[in-house]
Amino acid sequence: MKNAWGNYTAGAFYDELISSPGNARQPAKKLLSHLRSFSEEDLSSRQQLAESTIREMGVSFTVYTEEGNIDRAWPFDIIPRVIGKKQWDKTAAGLEQRLQALNLFINDLYNGQKIIKDGIIPEFVLKQSKNYLKECEGISPPLGVWAHICGTDLVRDGSGDFFVLEDNLRVPSGVSYMLENRSIMKRVLPDIFAEVNIAPVDEYPGKLLETLTALSPRKIKQPSVVVLTPGIFNSAYFEHAFLAQQMGAELVEGSDLIVQDDDCVYMKTISGLEKVDVIYRRIDDEFLDPEVFNKKSVLGVAGLMRAWSKGNVALANAPGAGVADDKVVYAYVPAIIKYYLDQDPIIPNVETFLCYDDKQREYVLANLDKLVVKPANESGGYGMLIGPHSTKKERDEFAGLIKKNPRNYIAQPTLDLSTAPAIVGKGQLGARHIDLRPFVLQGKKSYVTTGGLTRVAMKEGSLVVNSSQGGGSKDTWIVDTEKGSK
Amino acid sequence: MLSKVAERVYWSARYLERIESTARLIHIYDTLLFDLPNSVEISWYNLIVINSLEEEFAERYSVKDERNVVKFMLVDSSSSSITSSLKSLRENVRTTRDVVLEETWEMTNELSMYVEENIKQGIGRKQRHEFLDHIIKSCQQILGLLFGNMTQGAPWLFLCLGRNLERADMATRILDAGASAYYQLKNDDGAVNTRQIILGHVLRSLNADQAYRRIMRSTVNADAVIEFLLENESFPRSIKFCHNTIQAQAKKLPQSKRLVSEMQHLENVLSAINVVELNAALRDHLNRLQICHINIHKTIDETWFSTWD
Repeated sequence: MKNAWGNYTAGAFYDELISSPGNARQPAKKLLSHLRSFSEEDLSSRQQLAESTIREMGVSFTVYTEEGNIDRAWPFDIIPRVIGKKQWDKTAAGLEQRLQALNLFINDLYNGQKIIKDGIIPEFVLKQSKNYLKECEGISPPLGVWAHICGTDLVRDGSGDFFVLEDNLRVPSGVSYMLENRSIMKRVLPDIFAEVNIAPVDEYPGKLLETLTALSPRKIKQPSVVVLTPGIFNSAYFEHAFLAQQMGAELVEGSDLIVQDDDCVYMKTISGLEKVDVIYRRIDDEFLDPEVFNKKSVLGVAGLMRAWSKGNVALANAPGAGVADDKVVYAYVPAIIKYYLDQDPIIPNVETFLCYDDKQREYVLANLDKLVVKPANESGGYGMLIGPHSTKKERDEFAGLIKKNPRNYIAQPTLDLSTAPAIVGKGQLGARHIDLRPFVLQGKKSYVTTGGLTRVAMKEGSLVVNSSQGGGSKDTWIVDTEKGSK
Repeated sequence: MLSKVAERVYWSARYLERIESTARLIHIYDTLLFDLPNSVEISWYNLIVINSLEEEFAERYSVKDERNVVKFMLVDSSSSSITSSLKSLRENVRTTRDVVLEETWEMTNELSMYVEENIKQGIGRKQRHEFLDHIIKSCQQILGLLFGNMTQGAPWLFLCLGRNLERADMATRILDAGASAYYQLKNDDGAVNTRQIILGHVLRSLNADQAYRRIMRSTVNADAVIEFLLENESFPRSIKFCHNTIQAQAKKLPQSKRLVSEMQHLENVLSAINVVELNAALRDHLNRLQICHINIHKTIDETWFSTWD
């Protein structure tokens, strides 16, 4: 029997499961001793089982470059990623802290802008932010919260510490895959769950519903909550349908809704119009309301902004929340936490160079081959330059872009992202870089998912984890090593 | 319930039913042709005629042989093949996952994957039986799941409307096919026997042979078969049963006055007509029924689905 673990090494990188070849980290000890009993054939057949399970469960996503194919099977690796509970609890507190501060920040931006008057953030950063919406000025949404659902990307560097890489406050996706990964795992490696004390993840839909319900303008027992999707061609349609189903909410498209003369939102049902209280919208701001934003949008609902600004319907996330998603704003988050909460950030930022600053830009341009350059307002890993993996031509192109529009670019050092073993080829193991996207809710109460979605760069040496660009995923375990096994 | 979701649920039921009856039809045809004497000229092409697909078939094929017909019904036809119905079923289930049961989506995926991987078995003759059998059973599994577990609210009622309308329509088509084959026979020595065989297969296509024997307590003869399939009130694939169900379920839905009175009118008209012979009059009658079914669909659509357009 050939065993795949004998040769596994992560080289110089911080590995999530082993501290040195042959030695498991404390939270992963039981997992590894269990997996060591697997032959290469066992690993390979479990991996195949996972893949056929995914097709049966219909867990899919869409890649926009593959026209017409809306059924790409969700990529999944069966070796879980393990984090100790103690470290996780601290990280979760840091995520809640961050989202609280960001919500105070957004609310301030649209109501008085004290933070700018106090000189913490330069005014032009805000003025030039693509996601700042003038239409939102003076509005105070329920509970003062703008971003109710946040997907924060975390990475570990060589030392094993967590850093925040970016905040996604617009329409972050991935949480359904986090939940599905767990159910796939239970089917593929059922025996392991009896041995290890793994924290469950399935609370999320209930917490999300609670968060949304609390926003209802009508204080009734069962407010009508809907999930607004752009439709089946959206890359995250699977998730929209999944969450609606899990919450027992209606899944609607823009054409199912209408804003009447009373500035309330209704949905078109078989028994007539029915009032809608809360919309969990998975459509970008720009397409939300053709009356106000993109006139050609057929995804949105005409009059939605009117209804929202009058407080007749709640939108989660609120329009304009994306202003804090800006990667230039990101650089200021530690200052934002200090300013509003008078606390030090629990999770640090990754060092970030702002290209609008002359000195920092000079440094960036001189070190393009070492840095990762990101546009301030893109998501999904599009439009990035990864210095060490780039060609001279690409670097020249980015140098031009940065000089033309310095406000729109930031740069960060190339991180030694942590690795975890992944199945590569037939039952072989290889170290692959990973990140982590936990989901944070803020309404009446705050909530952080137990772990989150671990994304894997499946190509050797690659740092790109986005599923739209060939990334994979793993189940994420928060393991309590202080409690015994079940 | 959202109008659009109601529409999709309704179509899910129709497609699910269509997949099963198409599989059943091909399956029954296989055994029918085995049983008939060589002198009888009933061809596979009848399958195309039953489903009113002559034009679409002609665009693809000139030879009306078994392989082409079966391939057309399994894969090629864009409106009626098992593959295309399955695709439509899957799209409708995908977009109604929040109201139909979670397992429906999984079972639909399983069935899609099975058909995709084994379609060759269906086209060839050797394993066709197993292939079709698997499809029929999978459809029944989904139906059973819904029957046993679904909350009896609006989504359920729309599933019932879709299923029963599709069933009633399929029954008219199969009966029509039987009548046409029955009358193509020359009145020679073997005709009596062959007619028996045809009627037996008409019943089997609708999974009605067992129920027929128990309820009608008679040998298979034309009058009784027609009566059973048109009029019986307890057999779930008889036209009368389907109509009654549509009427009863519609009553539980909001704004259903128009459909209920239309169904009531249809019932009155039908009860005054007495069709007992497999002749041209029966075929006219079936034709009129098909037109009624189109109108029932129109009423359903206008009442609940497209009111907002």
